[in-house]
Amino acid sequence: MSTTLHHDQQSLELPVEPDAGTRKLSTAKAIQEAISQRMDRDESVFVMGEDVGPYGGIFSSTTGLIDRFGPERVRDTPISETAFIGLGIGAAIEGMRPIVELMFVDFFGVCMDQIYNHMAKIHYESGGNVRVPMVLMMAAGGGYSDGAQHSQCLWGTFAHLPGMKVVVPSNPYDAKGLMTAAIESDDPVIYIFHKGVMGLGWMAKNDRSIGAVPEGEYVVPIGKARVARAGTDVTIVTLSLSVHHSLDVAEKLESEGISVEVIDLRSLVPLDRAAIVRSVAKTGRLIVVDEDYQSFGLSGEIIATVAEHDPTLLKRVSRVCVPDVPIPYAHVLEYAVLPTQARIEAAVRNAMTT
Amino acid sequence: MTPPTTQALNDEVRRDLLRTMVLIRTYEEAIRLAYYADKKPAFDIGAGLIPGEMHLSAGQEPVAAGICAHLTIDDAITATHRPHHLAIAHGVELGPMTAEIFGRETGLGHGRGGHMHLFDPRTHFSCSGIIAEGFPPALGQAYAFQRQGNNRVAVAVTGDGATNQGAFHESLNLAAIWQLPVVFVVEDNDWAISVPMSASTAVASNAERAAAYGIPGVRVEDNSVEGVYDAAGEAIARARSGKGPSLIEVQTLRMWGHFEGDAQGYRPDLESVPDRDPIPIYRDRLLKAGAITDDQFHAMQAIAEKRVQEAIDFATNSPIPDPKGHLNYVFSEGVHS
Repeated sequence: MSTTLHHDQQSLELPVEPDAGTRKLSTAKAIQEAISQRMDRDESVFVMGEDVGPYGGIFSSTTGLIDRFGPERVRDTPISETAFIGLGIGAAIEGMRPIVELMFVDFFGVCMDQIYNHMAKIHYESGGNVRVPMVLMMAAGGGYSDGAQHSQCLWGTFAHLPGMKVVVPSNPYDAKGLMTAAIESDDPVIYIFHKGVMGLGWMAKNDRSIGAVPEGEYVVPIGKARVARAGTDVTIVTLSLSVHHSLDVAEKLESEGISVEVIDLRSLVPLDRAAIVRSVAKTGRLIVVDEDYQSFGLSGEIIATVAEHDPTLLKRVSRVCVPDVPIPYAHVLEYAVLPTQARIEAAVRNAMTT
Repeated sequence: MTPPTTQALNDEVRRDLLRTMVLIRTYEEAIRLAYYADKKPAFDIGAGLIPGEMHLSAGQEPVAAGICAHLTIDDAITATHRPHHLAIAHGVELGPMTAEIFGRETGLGHGRGGHMHLFDPRTHFSCSGIIAEGFPPALGQAYAFQRQGNNRVAVAVTGDGATNQGAFHESLNLAAIWQLPVVFVVEDNDWAISVPMSASTAVASNAERAAAYGIPGVRVEDNSVEGVYDAAGEAIARARSGKGPSLIEVQTLRMWGHFEGDAQGYRPDLESVPDRDPIPIYRDRLLKAGAITDDQFHAMQAIAEKRVQEAIDFATNSPIPDPKGHLNYVFSEGVHS
């Protein structure tokens, strides 16, 4: 092994959001491909986490990587999240580019100190002298009766704490481009994928979890929202799996003459506030759809962004979130709290009453 | 880079150990003076030349001197909320370190970190204010060295109070199964703030805990700098040669409070503390053995005083940060949400 196993800062000139082409992949395969292509080009990139090796990641984020790169670069860890997330931090400081998987976002409770007190703060505390270029990837979301400790989204919690970029892709194209951008970022990036967007064979899925993905490497810039569907009557600001639901509702209501614009945030940190304001300035009606808990989080932040910019823009505003309750187990109870298409549709119809 | 081979103890090494200890003590005494200078008559923790909590390492010099004698600045150290002795012994420049403690723009972190958050990439030194949480990043530094195929090592230092944290045990286990080039050091100063080790820890020696992870564990008694030197020499050589991690516990001494301003009313052993001061004990031993002369010792002190005064002057005369820059360094590209 050479002593020059350091990330080459000058190496990357990748296309930014190129044409998608026609080749289709699931979101899971798009993530695997992004990691694999970076690992091909950059020896400093490695993957670490629970069951990321032969199993391939519980939600298939790392399938096949160990066959290609071996157990030295795709390492299964003991169930010691504090130790291996901290290990990622130290390796990043010494020039490596770790991609660390925390199996479920819900597990942050056993390792949050390394995440928010170390990974996120070292760059600031060091006055910019120490960089921590690591990706902390994790699965989120419910809808399959996994109960209160395996079904949360919690992205707002990470976004609340300074020093981490937070990306939340909704589709295969963005998942690949955002992963490449996350690996190349000199800052720590929390990369949260909703299990429901991965296109897994063993879980109900929306067609949008499979889509066109360019074969080569490219980046989706972190911090840039996407207009997933243009419209004129109502703005839905949303992210992740809720983008799929919102687009389904928008397509349904189009036949009734209701024009819904859907903004896919893609990143929470940095937050593309300009994209939100631009859309609401056009429609005057804002609905935030978020599978995270309602209070003290992302949905309030979105509304505050518009209100601080110009409160007169808002003719109507509402939220479709998880109410402040642990995610229930029984199917009907869980679906009573999730931001379902029925709840989103009702919110749009209500917004159109004035 | 070529790390030093472990040198057997000779009089030159002994003088170097004492010299490092004297420099550390001189530094801590100067920081203590500066800390209290403008906190009288009424103590206000947030006021003065050095605001905030201040955890000084007087009495724990043998640990830093004995370990760092075997390291170069290419090796990594992660320290605790009480980090100065290790930073000094490892070769962190005193000027920028002091400026950071003073909250100045010329500090290691441009005044963003403070005395518990010293980061010096030149010497791969860092510390954390969260108990035991400096261990996991040291694993990563060791992992990077292992992958990069050099023979550098990481040393993770923590206190006896940290050994009941999950991070401690997770780190020992992970280092052992991956055979990482890391040395874990526990500074047993007997006090986790006000709780003695006997009231917090199920074993008399944390070195015993190494057995649970199949790695060597040794305890150095009586705050012996030569004991630390020997134990660290063996553990670091072992790590460098790819044989994996070790654990060293040192029975050391917290001469002063947990933080400055701590009246230590909980501490029955206070009266005997001056008699246990490791520096006069070691100095007298070397004098008696003829390893050092009075003149040599005084010269050591004079040089230490000069170096420390220069650092204090540098910090005192450095600009304070521009408050308009408070958002700088959150991200490398200066982006904000």
